[in-house]
Amino acid sequence: MKLLVCISQAPDTTSRIAFTNGNTEFDSSGVQYIVNPYDEWYALVRAIELKEKHGGTVTTLTVGEAGCDPVIRKALAIGADDAIRVDVKPTDAMQVARLIADQARSGGYDIILCGKETIDHNGAVVPAMVAEMLDCGFVSNATHLDVAGSQATLKREAAGGEEVVGIECPFVLSAAKGMAEQRIPNMRGIMSARTKPLAVESAESTSATAISQFTLPPEKGACKMVDADRPEELIRLLREEAKAI
Amino acid sequence: MSDQNDAIRGGEFLIRPTEASDIFIPEEWTEEQLMMKQMTLDFVAQRIIPQLEQIENQQEGLVPSLMEEAGELGLVGSSVPEAYGGLGLDFKTTMLITEAIGGAHSFSVSFSAHTGIGTLPILYYGNEEQKQKWIPGLASGKLKGCYCLTEPSAGSDANSGKTKAHLTDDGKHYVINGQKMWITNGGFADVMIVFAKIDDDEDLTAFIVDGHAEGITKNPEEKKMGIKGSSTRQIFFNDVHVPAENLLYKREQGFKIAVNILNIGRIKLGGAVLGAAKDASTESIHFANEREQFGRPISKYGAIRYKLAEGAIRLYTLESALYRATQNIDDAIAALKSDGMEHGEATLKGIADFAPECAMMKVLGSEVLDFVVDEAVQIHGGMGYSAETRAELAYRDARINRIFEGTNEINRMLTVDMILKKAMKGEMDLMTPAMAVANELTGVPDFTSPSSDPFERQLSYVANMKKAILMVAGSAAQKLMMSLGKEQEILMNIADMAIWLYTIESTVLRVQKLAQQAGNTDELSIQMAIMQVYTYEASEWIHSAGKEALLSFAEGDELKMMVMGMKRFCKTEDFNTKAARQLIAQHLIEKNAYAL
Ligand SMILES: Cc1cc2nc3c(=O)[nH]c(=O)nc-3n(C[C@H](O)[C@H](O)[C@H](O)COP(=O)(O)OP(=O)(O)OC[C@H]3O[C@@H](n4cnc5c(N)ncnc54)[C@H](O)[C@@H]3O)c2cc1C
Repeated sequence: MKLLVCISQAPDTTSRIAFTNGNTEFDSSGVQYIVNPYDEWYALVRAIELKEKHGGTVTTLTVGEAGCDPVIRKALAIGADDAIRVDVKPTDAMQVARLIADQARSGGYDIILCGKETIDHNGAVVPAMVAEMLDCGFVSNATHLDVAGSQATLKREAAGGEEVVGIECPFVLSAAKGMAEQRIPNMRGIMSARTKPLAVESAESTSATAISQFTLPPEKGACKMVDADRPEELIRLLREEAKAI
Repeated sequence: MSDQNDAIRGGEFLIRPTEASDIFIPEEWTEEQLMMKQMTLDFVAQRIIPQLEQIENQQEGLVPSLMEEAGELGLVGSSVPEAYGGLGLDFKTTMLITEAIGGAHSFSVSFSAHTGIGTLPILYYGNEEQKQKWIPGLASGKLKGCYCLTEPSAGSDANSGKTKAHLTDDGKHYVINGQKMWITNGGFADVMIVFAKIDDDEDLTAFIVDGHAEGITKNPEEKKMGIKGSSTRQIFFNDVHVPAENLLYKREQGFKIAVNILNIGRIKLGGAVLGAAKDASTESIHFANEREQFGRPISKYGAIRYKLAEGAIRLYTLESALYRATQNIDDAIAALKSDGMEHGEATLKGIADFAPECAMMKVLGSEVLDFVVDEAVQIHGGMGYSAETRAELAYRDARINRIFEGTNEINRMLTVDMILKKAMKGEMDLMTPAMAVANELTGVPDFTSPSSDPFERQLSYVANMKKAILMVAGSAAQKLMMSLGKEQEILMNIADMAIWLYTIESTVLRVQKLAQQAGNTDELSIQMAIMQVYTYEASEWIHSAGKEALLSFAEGDELKMMVMGMKRFCKTEDFNTKAARQLIAQHLIEKNAYAL
């Protein structure tokens, strides 16, 4: 089985978020990057589990510049066999999806696994776009994946319950919490990561969109305590001050 | 780095300058080493911290199974050569792993006892069969090790143990009888390194004992102040039959093994407490940022900022000294190996050469940790006294580090003793520089104006403080001669001076190296502030300790001259430490962590 896992980097959740260039660019100075958790914890680990069970290979694919190499090597340390990095600065979803699809098209992959979203921009559309560009099936927000031959069974959360979906390979999925559990890379994995192949591909790209401004969420206001035995006051505050109801 | 012949030897920091380019600084970790550190921190965060309560309650089987998990990740065997199932990492990288596991409270102690004193005696002193038989299991964590040296009547005086071994008539077994105390991992160890005297021997011999052998009984777990999750037992050996081939190394060479293994344990303890102290510092910063009194977060108050900054200063300076010494050891090992020495022997020899630094890092590290956890409790106020907080746990857990692996008193005395021995053996020349200082005292003081380069200035203070130490140690040796060894208060003074001096120098060299790499100090304001505050305060400590020593044994004009010399040698520039600590605290508060 040939598995492709799309990996992107994301700022560590404790990073201080700030913008530069007239609030049009993310200020990456001093920011620690991690593997986007949905890509790592769920998509990558499940792919490795399937490889361990059925044999095959796990390749990771990243659209990004050389600064992404540390997170790619982390993925290799966790257990991917090899990696491809498309040496282009990612600027919008369509651009990234196109670059992924171009790489994936000739690869003969059985399943393309993505995280359901990155925790920075939260666009959550790349996986679906990739599937569309490759003209193959797509399952979003999958919480479970099993494969028998060329037939896969997935579960996904639906309103008020769960759906079980069957699909024929090749297909694309976006992984959500539950598909696998985070795996700590072991020391041997870390030591072997540097000898695993990391191919750097160059490509042409254009973006369909451009960010004109970022803004931070409003500062948290002061906290008001309301006596537990005065629910009417709570309702009044919610209605008149917070205008929430 | 310096060429081999010129390479610095243990203890020589007192008489030789070191170049910034010759030290390793933590900013130079490779991506791979940082990944190893991160994965260790992830293991602690995901597997240890959520189970702290069960670990503290010594839930049956939990610590051994966590040790196996750590083994599967490759953490347990990191310093064991690949031929015996380990990873064969260099000393520095294993120190980084030790640091990363240092925040795991009790588990860090169980882990260190197993990977250090429980495993290394066999690895470094075992014959090939012994290594093949035990090391792969220990390196994977499947077997758990412990080290049985201390006895009820033999603690610091470890060679005075009463445990006996006697060879059976058929020559097949040693029969061991005796009692050991305070044995970490004693509750579940599969492999015990037991020190005993054969018949009427003067000195100890080491044995590898099957932890499940007949005749071994144990008292219940000790009820301890801290590190409650680590197993600590009294162990009784009643006619325990040990196969004769389990004698480790040579008869009556047990104490040598104990001492050499402890050298490693001591500097590794320095690494573990560094990790623990970083966590305690971050906890304090979080709390100070969140807790509000009088309408503002307490991190806005100068008294609290002082504590946060001072903790960070002690941490940063400890880290600078620790990894400098660690790299020196790695270099010494590499040099011995390139001369054809086998890995194990080279490791022992390289570390033994730096035994004074190992003892110094044990003392410094354990006392920095105690400073940081004490202030952590204070910053937490009442919550620091509540068993609900990590600050309370960290405070109790920290205290053992000044006691085991040789008490800090013993390690201070060893520091001085080992340096003096090196001088007596002709391994380093203390006499010439000490004489030069004596001459300088009576000569005309140096009135050249200080350099405009901040690092050159700091290094000139360092050079002078070395003179101060040589003056005190030299005159004490001359005045007290053989009785110096018994003048413990003076030995403590000299050891403290040496430790602070080493730490100042390491910090200055680290920041200087960072500035050299960057080409300027634009982004180094925090590091510069740390360096300057520490030089300022530690020079005062050195001055005070040296003067106290002088006042105890010198008199008359000579005393007057040396006291004046002390003042001159410990002089540094006037500096606004309050403003510098504010700057450091502001950085910590903004980062909401010990982020240096
Ligand atoms: C939790 C815990 C775990 C331990 N784990 C192990 C283990 O795994 N294996 C093992 O073998 N041991 C272990 N130990 C023992 C530990 O190494 C000893 O407790 C330590 O060496 C001190 O010995 P002692 O307790 O007998 O104190 P003592 O030697 O009686 O010391 C009491 C005090 O006297 C001072 N003192 C002693 N001699 C001198 C001197 N000559 N000059 C000046 N001051 C002196 C000491 O510094 C100390 O302050 C452990 C201890 C504890 C508490």
